[in-house]
Amino acid sequence: MTPFTAIASAAVRLPLSNVDTDQLLPARFMSQPRSDGYGDFLLHDLSRDDDGNLRPDFALNAPEAKGAQVLVARRNFGGGSSREGAVYALVDHGFRCVIAPSFGDIFSNNAANNGLLTAQAAEDDVEFLLAAEGDVTVDLRDCTIHAASQRIAFEINPVKREKLLNGWEDVDLTLSRKTMIDAFSDRDMHRRPWLVPAQR
Amino acid sequence: MPLTLFDKVWNEHVVVTREDGEDLLWIDRHFVHEGSHHAFAKLKSREAKAARPDLTFGVADHYVPVRTRRREDFADDIRTMLGRLENNCAKHNIELFGLDDPRQGIVHVVGPEQGLTLPGLTLVCGDSHTSTHGAFGAIAFGIGASEAAHVLMTQTLWQMKPKQMRVTVDGALPEGVSAKDIALNIIAKVGADGARGHALEYAGSAIRSLSMEGRLTLCNLSIESGARCGMVAPDETTFEWIRSRPLAPAAALLENATEHWRTLYSDPDAAFDSEVSLDASSLTPTVTWGTSPEDALPVTASLPDPAKTSDQAKAQHQREALDYMGLRPGQLIEDIAVDRVFIGSCTNSRIEDLRAAAKVLAGRKAVVPGLVSPGSSLIKARAEQEGLDRIFVDAGLEWVEAGCSMCVGMNGDLVGPGERCASTTNRNFRGRQGPGARTHLMSPAMAAAAAVTGHLTDLRKLETGTAA
Repeated sequence: MTPFTAIASAAVRLPLSNVDTDQLLPARFMSQPRSDGYGDFLLHDLSRDDDGNLRPDFALNAPEAKGAQVLVARRNFGGGSSREGAVYALVDHGFRCVIAPSFGDIFSNNAANNGLLTAQAAEDDVEFLLAAEGDVTVDLRDCTIHAASQRIAFEINPVKREKLLNGWEDVDLTLSRKTMIDAFSDRDMHRRPWLVPAQR
Repeated sequence: MPLTLFDKVWNEHVVVTREDGEDLLWIDRHFVHEGSHHAFAKLKSREAKAARPDLTFGVADHYVPVRTRRREDFADDIRTMLGRLENNCAKHNIELFGLDDPRQGIVHVVGPEQGLTLPGLTLVCGDSHTSTHGAFGAIAFGIGASEAAHVLMTQTLWQMKPKQMRVTVDGALPEGVSAKDIALNIIAKVGADGARGHALEYAGSAIRSLSMEGRLTLCNLSIESGARCGMVAPDETTFEWIRSRPLAPAAALLENATEHWRTLYSDPDAAFDSEVSLDASSLTPTVTWGTSPEDALPVTASLPDPAKTSDQAKAQHQREALDYMGLRPGQLIEDIAVDRVFIGSCTNSRIEDLRAAAKVLAGRKAVVPGLVSPGSSLIKARAEQEGLDRIFVDAGLEWVEAGCSMCVGMNGDLVGPGERCASTTNRNFRGRQGPGARTHLMSPAMAAAAAVTGHLTDLRKLETGTAA
């Protein structure tokens, strides 16, 4: 995974609350293999009209959104389902950071597992960012955002921060503890002999 | 130190705690379904095998067609999704409750039904409604594909212990009010992200009085308030359910287990990070009007008016939700006409749900089309034994096979663009039931009442004969 330290980029501003996972990636695209790329599915139905044409008034479709790595939205971003495809859609579209007042828990776990920063900022600061113009700088080292000459602090769970800064993948850390896991499992089988379903 | 139910179960599963405070949790049960293909692809890329196939179970639910079980009738992409699951389960030696298995159904219905879901377990699945299984006093939560791959490879998961919130619901539920109404009222009260970062414990006399079906509905909807998981402490109702379930422990093992399960409750002075309470006796049948489950109101109420809402972001959400839903500010909820109903999903497809809907529909006709999909093939058989299928069919509704079906539309069961559906499901998100679909969430009895009148209806009026 690519480590995340700091980025400076254009920002897409979505003044919407509850941008749920069904908006980020409608269910009908979930059967696609990741290798096909999920970028074009991002916010598919919100960004298109009834005939399937891109809506020019939707922020993601604006010319200045091209190459944007930062997305700003209102509260409860990524609430809803556990579909990691919602994160694939953002990442494959080119986003590396989402700034919002709150995020769905499963979504932010999935994000951290794919190198996407979920920066939690105060509601007022998010409103400021939504109204501001121009590029946004996000620095994970000191958890700050710079935009329109303002400095804004954001929060992220320290474990996720460390993971993103280093580009770590959990499974390698876990497999190095295999002996410990096996010992736990052996003890546990004695403690809870009913654990494994009998009819196998 | 006094401990909560959650603390007790969590502590039992910690393999190791890292310096940064994350715990490596042992996982007792892992369910996979058609959507788990990303996780299996990750294993393939590492040439890894499932570490504990004996604790992993596959269920075909998200993509299964419910109107036919003949594979030659399936669309190609559905056959592909089902085939992938079958191949992956076979390759990793995972038991599959597949399309042709008489025990097939929705994963969150099958687990409890088979006795795979037990008190005190840690249970995960690549589906956010995994919170359902917390009804047994298990820590059960949804995970993404990377986490599912991690569990497949290691049978563990790194987790930061969440905060804890207790939701106490006391009092007797009035007639016509169900676990679904309790849940919708909790979500409306705390907000769709109000329990974010928290494990919920549901407590109080109204919760203790709920059947397992009711507790499953309640815990199912924990994720809709943003919670990591929801739990109910196990009691005699729980133990009674588990007894004689095919894959649950039996005889001496069951006695041994039950003795342990009886210790799983929150100690009297255990501390919670936050407390919420609700008076069950004050609740009325509840429906959602907007595009978030927090947009829930008594069916007797009127819709909100954004012009009278001071919070700017909230007013904008209301405007957009009303616009998407094709509704007017201040409109009476009971005046909202529906185009169809859907009774099913991991939220409300168990035998008790079907009985509640059938009770309303008995001797009546639906004036709109509707689909009734039982939560499992075993529930389907049981409902047919009880003659519930006849009631649905005689009322004019379609009685079909078990699956996620129209809750999420992955199998092709869609609500059309602009169509309005009274639905017993869990999410009224934009486009959830199909592009442009408009969803109103409610209990099975309320969905049945809407089918009979063609509009959102206070079922209590229907029962007393005063509905329009």
